[in-house]
Amino acid sequence: MSKKKPVVTQITDFANSIYKKILKKKQPEISSPIRSLSNVKFDPKHGYFELLGKEKTRTLTAATVKTFAQTLRMMGLSKTLIETDDIATKREAYYVSKNWGEAGFKEQPESDTVMDDVEATFGVNREQLGFIPEEKGGDIAGQLIVVDKNPDNGKEIKIDCTKMGTGAYSIPSSVEHLKFETKAKFILAIETAGMYQRLVKHAYWKKANCILISMGGVPTRACRRFIRRLADAKKLPVFVFTDGDPYGWLNIYRTLKVGSGNAAHLNEYFCVPQAKFIGITAQDIIDYKLPTHPLKEVDIKRIKDGLKNDPFVQAHKEWQKALNLSLKLKKRAEQQALAQHGLNYVISNYLPEKLKDPKKWLP
Amino acid sequence: MAKEPVAVELAKKQKSVSVAEFFERNRHLLGFDNKRKALMTVIKEAVDNAIDACEEARILPEINVQILDMGNDRFRAIIEDNGPGIVKKQIPNIFAKLLYGSKFHTLKQARGQQGIGISAAVLYSQLTTGRPAKIKSRIGEKHDAMLFELKIDTKNNIPEIIKEEKIEWKKQHGTRIELDLEASYQKGDQSVDTYIKETAIVNPHATIIYTNPKAEQFVFPRVIDVLPDEPKEIKPHPYGIELGILIKMLKNTETRTVQAFLTKEFCRVGSGTAKEICEKAAITPNTKPHTINHAQAEKLMEGIKNTKIIAPSTNCIVPIGSELLEKGLKKEINAEFYTAVTRSPSVYRGNPFVVECAIAYGGDQPKDSSIKLMRFANRVPLLYQQSAGAIFKATVQTGWRSYGLSQSSGSLPQGPVTLVVHLASVWPPFTSEAKEALAHYPEIIKELKLALQECGRKLGMYVNKKKRIHAESKKRSYIEKYIPHVAEALKELLALKQADEAKIEQLLKVMLEKHRGKLASVELKNIEYDEEFAKIGKEEKDNKNE
Repeated sequence: MSKKKPVVTQITDFANSIYKKILKKKQPEISSPIRSLSNVKFDPKHGYFELLGKEKTRTLTAATVKTFAQTLRMMGLSKTLIETDDIATKREAYYVSKNWGEAGFKEQPESDTVMDDVEATFGVNREQLGFIPEEKGGDIAGQLIVVDKNPDNGKEIKIDCTKMGTGAYSIPSSVEHLKFETKAKFILAIETAGMYQRLVKHAYWKKANCILISMGGVPTRACRRFIRRLADAKKLPVFVFTDGDPYGWLNIYRTLKVGSGNAAHLNEYFCVPQAKFIGITAQDIIDYKLPTHPLKEVDIKRIKDGLKNDPFVQAHKEWQKALNLSLKLKKRAEQQALAQHGLNYVISNYLPEKLKDPKKWLP
Repeated sequence: MAKEPVAVELAKKQKSVSVAEFFERNRHLLGFDNKRKALMTVIKEAVDNAIDACEEARILPEINVQILDMGNDRFRAIIEDNGPGIVKKQIPNIFAKLLYGSKFHTLKQARGQQGIGISAAVLYSQLTTGRPAKIKSRIGEKHDAMLFELKIDTKNNIPEIIKEEKIEWKKQHGTRIELDLEASYQKGDQSVDTYIKETAIVNPHATIIYTNPKAEQFVFPRVIDVLPDEPKEIKPHPYGIELGILIKMLKNTETRTVQAFLTKEFCRVGSGTAKEICEKAAITPNTKPHTINHAQAEKLMEGIKNTKIIAPSTNCIVPIGSELLEKGLKKEINAEFYTAVTRSPSVYRGNPFVVECAIAYGGDQPKDSSIKLMRFANRVPLLYQQSAGAIFKATVQTGWRSYGLSQSSGSLPQGPVTLVVHLASVWPPFTSEAKEALAHYPEIIKELKLALQECGRKLGMYVNKKKRIHAESKKRSYIEKYIPHVAEALKELLALKQADEAKIEQLLKVMLEKHRGKLASVELKNIEYDEEFAKIGKEEKDNKNE
């Protein structure tokens, strides 16, 4: 996906530039983009969070020298992994650092951060650096055949996602090589495993001719990339169905659609700009008379923060309206709350009604 | 029976009070409250006189102090100096008549003030042991050395000469006094040992040889071979005069007119000022001083008060000097930072004075207890009544927190600090005859505070600098810790050789040094510190455990 030089060459060139700087008796520096919402902009024409260009620099100061050394060592590990055609999980990388003496990481979040910074420095995906996440990519059921390669012999194999029974096809951590065959009309990405189970159990995908994807909370990069590639390749609309709370709206949906501040350097690939939100909205709480829970302090804070700082929300009046309504109601509702009207009300009424009426979607 | 008038009855009880009786009742005023303090006071009075005498005669003092334990709480104190000696005729009066002395009627910076100290010591000795004082003195090569055995006729306050004889003495000039007294000896902050040591600190021109009752001998050789400048005697300044003294002066003066009296007997009064005083007192300038009555004297006081008179000249004060003060402190305290300040002279109630102070910070000194305060007046250590005096008050009122020490309000600051404060004056205002604490004159407190603040600011600068350097060196060693990791990572990334790795490390270290500048150092090696000296007067560990 990157049109740049091979990653190993990039790493070696980078190390060389630092080495030369030291030989010239100049302070060596490593710069990487600041990965946070404060360093992203949102242009609806592009459809994803883009970097503003703010950078952080690590050099030989007390505050940055340790990370400086760790970043170089992390690059070294990456180089070795690529050259030996091996991989390391994020946790394994953390354990490898235990060999680095004082430069080792105390906790895994530290090593994850450095890894993300290396990604951002080179503008590549962590899988290209030889690192893989442990997280599960997401579950799939429905009208889809995934064309993969057998890891043993490299031969093509086809996985039919209609034939998973009550189980599911699991998205692998790397999805770039996958191809797809499908006649489905749309993709439905679902927040909770519980709701996904209900839809699979009653073969909703057959009824609605769609592909069901369980995200299990905030979608992983692999999951986002998978949905993006599938939707692009087959020109499928994507609908997202989450709980009616700020986590569902601003963390799950927004990350899937435009990416995150933390991985802003990669959002171009890890976003699904064609995604639309079909529920649950604050308006649904009123329209469907859903049983609710009060918004917690953190929820209210999250919404206010989103209204104030999230470039995606700032670009969409509809979302501002929806969030303000939720602030007014001071209530949230889960996907499963629809069960109040009958266990299968979601299949018989809610989803068909929502899918039929684009005015009820949120962008 | 006709009743006698009450006055007749009362008259039977009215009689003159003997000095002995007066002394018995007021011994605390003179510094003889208890046996331990009595020993210190006897030594102190004798040593003060000895050094004063030497300085007056412009002789570098060499004082020999010896205390012998005679058993049963009896001690023999022997103090010998190389001073000018005392003429035969005066010896009995100086040692065996209370309130006889040369210093009361003059205004000149000196250790002694009223002529009460040494005769009080003789009296104390006599009262507690019944033995006479033995005085040896010689005023020059061509004169015989004299030995006196003296007692005080306590009824009449006159000397009683027990023995008077010519003796052989190899000393060409000097005085030696030997007293037996009831006392107790103990080391510690308020001991004779401490008094002698602190005396040596503020009198760097004196050699003192001291043998304590445990037969331990300490020699404090002089640090400097130059006598302090001779303090000038000044006439009193009108603002410092009290009514009683004014009346006495009017009676004793040889001048013929009040105007002449004012110009001749006082400093800073010219004929213009004298006329102005007289005018404001409604007295003709050519009134005869002997005819001034009490009411007129009071008017004269008013006149003085309402007339602007320039401050007395201050060149009569001879401070120790910040340099010598610091040097003396270095000998006693092994610290890492020293600073000292001598203020310019100032005036309280017509009396000129100078405040000096010195600070020793850090080193071996305890960090968590109150600072150690050493107080001096006219080069005499003040060991008692610390919290009653002006020096303590000024120290407590100074905000030490801004100088890097901790301090709760109303108390001494805490920290590894020894603070030396010296007040030199023609008339240090002691709160009692025992000369233990200085009175709280606002002018004095103000000067003390200014001196303390000046030292404090320097201390604060040092403490902050030390903190900065500490933080910087911590940062540096932290950065240096990771330099090898940078080198190793580059070696791995670029498949470099061992030598290249070493070169990277070396270059990065040079770069660090260049980039952050040379690390300043605050280390100080105190070559003047004298461990044996510092131990003197400290309570022994065994004693504490008892």
